[in-house]
Amino acid sequence: MNNAAPLILEISNLTVVRGGVRVLDIPSMELRENEVLALIGPNGSGKSTLLLTMACLIPLTTGEIRCRGELITAGRSVLAYRRRLAMVFQEPLLFDATVYENVAAGLKIRGMSREDVKKRVMSTLELFNMAHMADRSARKISGGEAQRTSLARAFALEPEMIFLDEPFSALDPPTRLALTEDLERILDETNTAAIMATHDQLEALRLSDRVAVVNRGRIVQSGPPVEVMNRPADEFVASFVGMENVLSGKVTACGEGLLTVMVMGRPIELAGSARTGDEAVFCVRPENITIITDQGGATSARNVFPAIIDKIVAMGGYYKLHLDCGFPLVASLTQQSLSALHMEKGKRVVASFKATAVHLIRAGNQ
Amino acid sequence: MELILEGIYKAIALLVTLDAEVLNITLLSLKVSGTATLISLVLGLSTGTLLALAEFPGKRLLVSIVNTGMGLPPVVVGLFVTIFLWRNGPFGFLDIMYTPTAMILAQAIIASPIVTGITLASIQNLPANLKLQILALGATRLQMVLILIREARLPLLAGVMAGFGGVISEVGASIMVGGNIKGYSRVLTTATVMETGRGNFDVAIALSVILLLLCFVINYILTRIQQRERPR
Repeated sequence: MNNAAPLILEISNLTVVRGGVRVLDIPSMELRENEVLALIGPNGSGKSTLLLTMACLIPLTTGEIRCRGELITAGRSVLAYRRRLAMVFQEPLLFDATVYENVAAGLKIRGMSREDVKKRVMSTLELFNMAHMADRSARKISGGEAQRTSLARAFALEPEMIFLDEPFSALDPPTRLALTEDLERILDETNTAAIMATHDQLEALRLSDRVAVVNRGRIVQSGPPVEVMNRPADEFVASFVGMENVLSGKVTACGEGLLTVMVMGRPIELAGSARTGDEAVFCVRPENITIITDQGGATSARNVFPAIIDKIVAMGGYYKLHLDCGFPLVASLTQQSLSALHMEKGKRVVASFKATAVHLIRAGNQ
Repeated sequence: MELILEGIYKAIALLVTLDAEVLNITLLSLKVSGTATLISLVLGLSTGTLLALAEFPGKRLLVSIVNTGMGLPPVVVGLFVTIFLWRNGPFGFLDIMYTPTAMILAQAIIASPIVTGITLASIQNLPANLKLQILALGATRLQMVLILIREARLPLLAGVMAGFGGVISEVGASIMVGGNIKGYSRVLTTATVMETGRGNFDVAIALSVILLLLCFVINYILTRIQQRERPR
């Protein structure tokens, strides 16, 4: 995504108040051409409300929505604006008709001629590898095929931007993966800008150019996926992006961009700046922790701690080791490493991580 | 048993010979109940859709009233329509008491809550986000409503069948506001009541068989339409 690409969508001072409660408060947000923005956050954080508000499907209380600089107000401009975008929901929401009729729905609504509708629908179905299913009833296809039809219905409109509200969350993992791959390819081929709400970090990492973390109706952090994943702005973002090791302690030494923070009597070195005596909150990703079985093992890491394995949790493709280093620490390990190192509960190991692998969330004297 | 068989033979005879009086009664029944069903369809479809989609204070109360109306006793409707259309009543000036028009009016009042209630339930039964999805496809509000009605067409046809079935078989209101006048406002149900009262059970059974056949044919056609609409 090019940062100089023209803006498609600009949101400013947007609020939505329901029953006296401010459920959405977005001072500013934007989407550029070809950009894929992922909205991540827990259930009920306001992702869907934000998408629906941006699509002018629910009313905003205050604020402005601009599409290519044009202010979207009530009436005809809303209809014209809606016809420049497309939206896919968590449920496929297909009509009681054939796959073809479903994909054609938005085009027919726009009054497109029968020949043009046919051409567009068939080319879109080809794009989604669904041409052979055109005459099938939408009520008799699988969940994955139904969501694929829903995506095809949206892309058939050739929208300037597409809003996706957790489109794959109800699907089984293999179908989800296949659809994610297809969506990635089609977004790339069609150069469509997209905003996708998801609570799956991997989906966000894979598809998006930028991630915005939503919590309690506010965007608490926005930036490139890698930055948000590795440098969370606060404890909430840290825990949401899988940064399980959020630690805090008093800064006991600082200098040359390095801090020493005492955590439960253990010194941890990390990159950052603060003053001696400050309370520091920092985090380290489980993937950045190395486990060795003997203390004499060579490591260039500044932080090396003897540890006892408290618990081993299988996570599917990998394992999480809950360690007691005098403070709790979680490390992740592949199945291969787990077997090679003969890891088991109660085993003594050494955990190490680099000072640069630690992200200082905040430091102060509170 | 003999009486029933005799009635069935009589019905066949009346149908085969195209008895003029029976034909008139049957056609009037169809005309009155068909028109009433059409009126209730227009009223019920619009009111039911509005009630399903709009949010306003007192909606629950109104929905409860509609649901109660689905079981409106025809004699009560007949009584009130009579009071309103009576010579000294508020609409007495219309001078339609004891006419098929009054019967259509009464039957439309009976069928409208049935169609409204079933429309309301059918639209509300659609997925909650479907309305938003249709709008997101670029639909105007009118297009959205029409698509929602199309999506609910199968239960809506059931509503039409229920409405028609309710009015073609009712007798209380028709006899009260139509007067069962021979050759003018006599329909199958009122004629059946009259013939039973006279002890002409064979004619009464014959009329009942014709009524049942009529209901069956109408519902068969509607069911065919309904089932044809189902995607395979």
